[in-house]
Amino acid sequence: MKCYIGIDLGSTTTKAVVMDESGDTLGRGITNSRSNYDTASRVAKLEAFIDTRLTLFRRELGKIAALEGRVDALLDTLERNFRLELYFAQLDDLEQTCRENGRDIRYAEQQAAISEALDAMFAQIRGRLAELFAPGVQRKSDFFRDLVGSIYMQVAEPIAKQVGVAFDLLIHLYDKAIIQVENRPPNDEVGDKFLKALDRALAEDGGPAADADGVEASIRDALDIDLEERYVVGTGYGRVRLPFPKEHIRSEILCHGLGAHLMHPGTRTVLDIGGQDTKGIQVDENGIVVNFQMNDRCAAGCGRYLGYIADEMNLGLHELGPLAMKSTKKVRINSTCTVFAGAELRDRLALGEQRADIMAGLHRSIILRAMAIISRSGGISNEFTFTGGVAKNEAAVKEIRQVVKENYGDVTININPDSIYTGALGAAEFARRAGEATA
Amino acid sequence: MTMSSKEIIARCEAIYDDLNFGVVREWVAAAPGRKVIGYMPVYVPRELIHAAGMLPLGILGGGDQLEVIQGDAYYQSYICRIPRSTIELGLTKRLDFLSGMLFPSICDVIRNLSGMWKLMFPELYVRYFDVPQNYTDEIGGNYYVQELQELREGLAEVAGREISDAALRDSIAVYNRHRALVGEVYALRSEHPEWAPSSEVYLLMRAGMQLPVETHSEMLAEYLAAVRSEDRPLRDNCRVIINGSFCEQPPLNLIKSIEMAGCYIVDDDYMLINRWLLDEVPVAGDPLRNLADAFLHHSADTAAKYCTKREDTGMFLLESVRKNRAEGVIFAAPSFCDPALLERPMLAYRMSEHNVPHISFKYAENSGQMQPIREQAGTFADSLKLWG
Amino acid sequence: MATANTEVVKESSMLKQKAMIARNYDALTSTAENGRKVAATFVPGNLNELIMCFDMLNNLPEINAIQNGMRKKSGALIQQAEKQGHSEDVCTYVKADIGQMSRGNIAPNGKPMPAPDLLLLSYTGCFTFMKWFELLRHEYGCETVMLQVPYEGDGKITRNMRDYVVKQLKEVVIPKLEEVSGVKFDIDRLREYLRNSAEAEENLVWVLESAKHVRSPIDAYFGGVYYIGPILTAFRGTPDAIEYYDLLRGEIEQRLAEGKGPITPEGDMPEERYRLVVEGPPNWTSFRDFWKMFYDDGAVVVASTYTKVGGVYDLGFRHDPDHPLESLADYCLGCYTNRNLPQRIDMLSKYLDEYQADGLLINSIKSCNSFSAGQLLIMREIEKRTGKPGAFIETDLVDPRYFSAANVKNRLESYFQMIEQRRSRAA
Repeated sequence: MKCYIGIDLGSTTTKAVVMDESGDTLGRGITNSRSNYDTASRVAKLEAFIDTRLTLFRRELGKIAALEGRVDALLDTLERNFRLELYFAQLDDLEQTCRENGRDIRYAEQQAAISEALDAMFAQIRGRLAELFAPGVQRKSDFFRDLVGSIYMQVAEPIAKQVGVAFDLLIHLYDKAIIQVENRPPNDEVGDKFLKALDRALAEDGGPAADADGVEASIRDALDIDLEERYVVGTGYGRVRLPFPKEHIRSEILCHGLGAHLMHPGTRTVLDIGGQDTKGIQVDENGIVVNFQMNDRCAAGCGRYLGYIADEMNLGLHELGPLAMKSTKKVRINSTCTVFAGAELRDRLALGEQRADIMAGLHRSIILRAMAIISRSGGISNEFTFTGGVAKNEAAVKEIRQVVKENYGDVTININPDSIYTGALGAAEFARRAGEATA
Repeated sequence: MTMSSKEIIARCEAIYDDLNFGVVREWVAAAPGRKVIGYMPVYVPRELIHAAGMLPLGILGGGDQLEVIQGDAYYQSYICRIPRSTIELGLTKRLDFLSGMLFPSICDVIRNLSGMWKLMFPELYVRYFDVPQNYTDEIGGNYYVQELQELREGLAEVAGREISDAALRDSIAVYNRHRALVGEVYALRSEHPEWAPSSEVYLLMRAGMQLPVETHSEMLAEYLAAVRSEDRPLRDNCRVIINGSFCEQPPLNLIKSIEMAGCYIVDDDYMLINRWLLDEVPVAGDPLRNLADAFLHHSADTAAKYCTKREDTGMFLLESVRKNRAEGVIFAAPSFCDPALLERPMLAYRMSEHNVPHISFKYAENSGQMQPIREQAGTFADSLKLWG
Repeated sequence: MATANTEVVKESSMLKQKAMIARNYDALTSTAENGRKVAATFVPGNLNELIMCFDMLNNLPEINAIQNGMRKKSGALIQQAEKQGHSEDVCTYVKADIGQMSRGNIAPNGKPMPAPDLLLLSYTGCFTFMKWFELLRHEYGCETVMLQVPYEGDGKITRNMRDYVVKQLKEVVIPKLEEVSGVKFDIDRLREYLRNSAEAEENLVWVLESAKHVRSPIDAYFGGVYYIGPILTAFRGTPDAIEYYDLLRGEIEQRLAEGKGPITPEGDMPEERYRLVVEGPPNWTSFRDFWKMFYDDGAVVVASTYTKVGGVYDLGFRHDPDHPLESLADYCLGCYTNRNLPQRIDMLSKYLDEYQADGLLINSIKSCNSFSAGQLLIMREIEKRTGKPGAFIETDLVDPRYFSAANVKNRLESYFQMIEQRRSRAA
């Protein structure tokens, strides 16, 4: 099967999309960005291929009449167990690396204690990790670093005391090791892991008899399909060098514009409020960019602004939106500078304004700043697609709907939950066009 | 019926708050064929507009209550706010009654805005009003008289009638009266700042940007009478001069904050057009020559003006400090304001040279944060009182 | 293809220009020996021929700031000025100049420059100039003379404007020059210099217009900055300038004949993929890196407005020895930044058409309101009129803190790819 891949190296996350020759998305992957761009790309690509396999599984299983209505549940279980396999493998690597780091000369006196501590810790971590992947468990994140990191911290403290090793020492071993582990090229061999995961999945489901429908055979068929990487296009800026040859790079503005067009073909204006920059893009009926403006110097109007506010209020980023939605009074925040937003916030609180109202005002402020970028790029034409992390914030969305209505009338506003993949999708499409052109 | 100062100021504040210029629209609707000519800071000879039977409207941006959405499409972030809020007013049809717009030569941003306005509102009479920086009668004076003549002809065409010398003389007389009354208000405030708080004086003058000059003159006279009869207590405040705020205006809260922090503002450069010509302009003789003469030899000083002699730099401000018995100067300029910010080091030098204490800060017309202003002004006021 | 180690081939015109500049700085830094008087003035409204009539040397603070910028010294100078109380918001040329002054006023040849004997405040096209020389006057305590050049508010030169400038020249500027220099004004000397200027201007315009050829032999922005040097600065009106432009024209004719593209620091431009019109001054602190971004993508600038900042010669104007003072007035009044926005848009529109450009690029300078205020409208207006795409990047003149290579490169590449996409669509 011919595959075209787009990889978007963002500032916080790296995304990949796998597309087939007719332009259908087969799989998507995301991982946290890291200092080794090459590894980040490969991990994201691997994730996308895993997702692709799952898509292929779905197609095969979908052909089995007896499984009708149960395919989703089965695939969820399979994926969950597959992740666990994947993380067990990475956990082995982490343990190995911690042990190696523990053999450093400065710990010469504490070898036995360290060894004991690591034994105990990793046994517990393995157990807790498995628990996290039990059916029905809600995980806050699906990134290895996040999951294992928090468990390690919890487990390290009592064991440190027990064994008589400094807590800091154990943390230090982890901190060093996690970076090493994350930046190692991933192991692409997933076939085995899928099969192991399948065993577990079927076991959960009720044992070997559960495979009376030939699930295993279908899975094996799907695993046998050769996924041929025909062309890769990478995007992302602010880097001295992207890990792709020049012909395989497209500007992230073009990728973003095209990606938005693919998701919503009626799109003419795209606003992307990312963590560190804001882009206003105008595209034509073919998804080709005709105009763009960026704010890439100033935090006001970017996601970072909300980050500062969250810090000021001692809230989680995801709590800001819901709080703002409770507003009953209009409060105008005038500070255009992020640095002063916090001070103005405190000022207002001191004057007796309600937190919810101030929050709503701050959301309006960030939207107005973003609107300045959009205005400069040519305003808002129907349809308007809003992407980026901030697009998930319901208060921000509410403000933007209002501002658009007030200034541009009835415009269709598209907000896609998968908008984080917009750039990678556009890149994949560029890859497909390049690949098919030479075919 | 005599109004109290409170009632007068309430009326002024209503005018100030109305971003739709309701009072101007009323004036236009009251009789057929009425026209309005807008102008921006610092100075235009309003007498010419008045003599043509038209209303001069002072446009000072949109202030802190106007959200700028379309206007931001016209300017990068490192340019001040007044041009973008002015464009916002234009694009949102809040100025749809205008027949013309004058842009004085105050800085390159306003200068370029004149060209932008021509493109954006091609049906309007738009003129860049370039004042002389050479103050010799036969040189700068000749140039200026011709400029005034061209302006007169342009305005006459808009008004659909000639502007006679007689009409100009009458208008000069009317504006002489206005200038005298403005001068009286400022003198009163300087003498008895407790009777005329600056936030009130400010609103009074802002109202004058929109009202017909005759109406405003009456209002000034009424205000003077009212505050003289009301007895307001004196506070232990220090006396300061605000300098640098001649174009983009601060939010009203900023002026209030400075007062709350313990300062009496005894002179300022808000709306300099009212006090640009320092003396009475002669009514007899060639009106354009008289106006030119007044501009060249009897006008105020500001950062947008060229100072012919090095030793004269900052002397106008120093004179004001002396005349108004000010204890210090607050340099308050809008962010990104080339004239005010470039001039500031020279003015500061002159103040230091004569031991006049000073502080400085920047603002925007929509600044929301008054805490730092209060702190700075408060500390300044305290230091003046302790070590003055 | 040239590698980083390849010696950039120096053409004769380059060598000549380098020698001319060096000679001028040498003369400026040896006034104690040569007894010459020094005038300081601005590039827009540069009355070089007039200054020459009084045997005075011409020191242009803008050029000094550019020199410091290109040698990466301006950052420190600007911070010095800011420490002394100059605002972060004002023009960085001014701050670089003040910073240079407070550090001994050292010229590029390492020797100190003298305080000016006269500040010739040619108030042309830029408000900041007025305050710049007031600030310098404040520091130096020297003679100052102000020439006000009215702005073409209605897009034309009126009789009143011209008369005013001529009157100031006659009654204010020339008497002051006489007083400071001790030399009597001889109008025939001026005529001779203006004759020289006109001759050089002919060839300059030929060079600029050579870019109309598809496969332009010049880059009209980065390369252009060098080509306008002599005409804009201390050499207009001199035989040296005539010689320079003769040489330059010969070299460009040669390049045309050989079908060569522009010469760049990285070597000859191998391929002309994009033809651009650029509005706005260049960035000086990362000049070469900025140029390379164009070079890397085969982008050639075929026309620019910055090259007209010190005088517009490609619309027909020539210095006229038969009407010397009127001619000087018209020269000043016609400088690019003294023209109103509609005129600037007309000029850009014309360039996009006559030079067969793919699009407009605006380099918006934080420091310079004269150029920058209104550029967003200019871009949209040009897109509307010509149907060609515009791009907008933001940098500064000489403050290195405002040049972000990654941001600029990102926007440029997106723009080039945008043009590419439109081409393949159209095909």
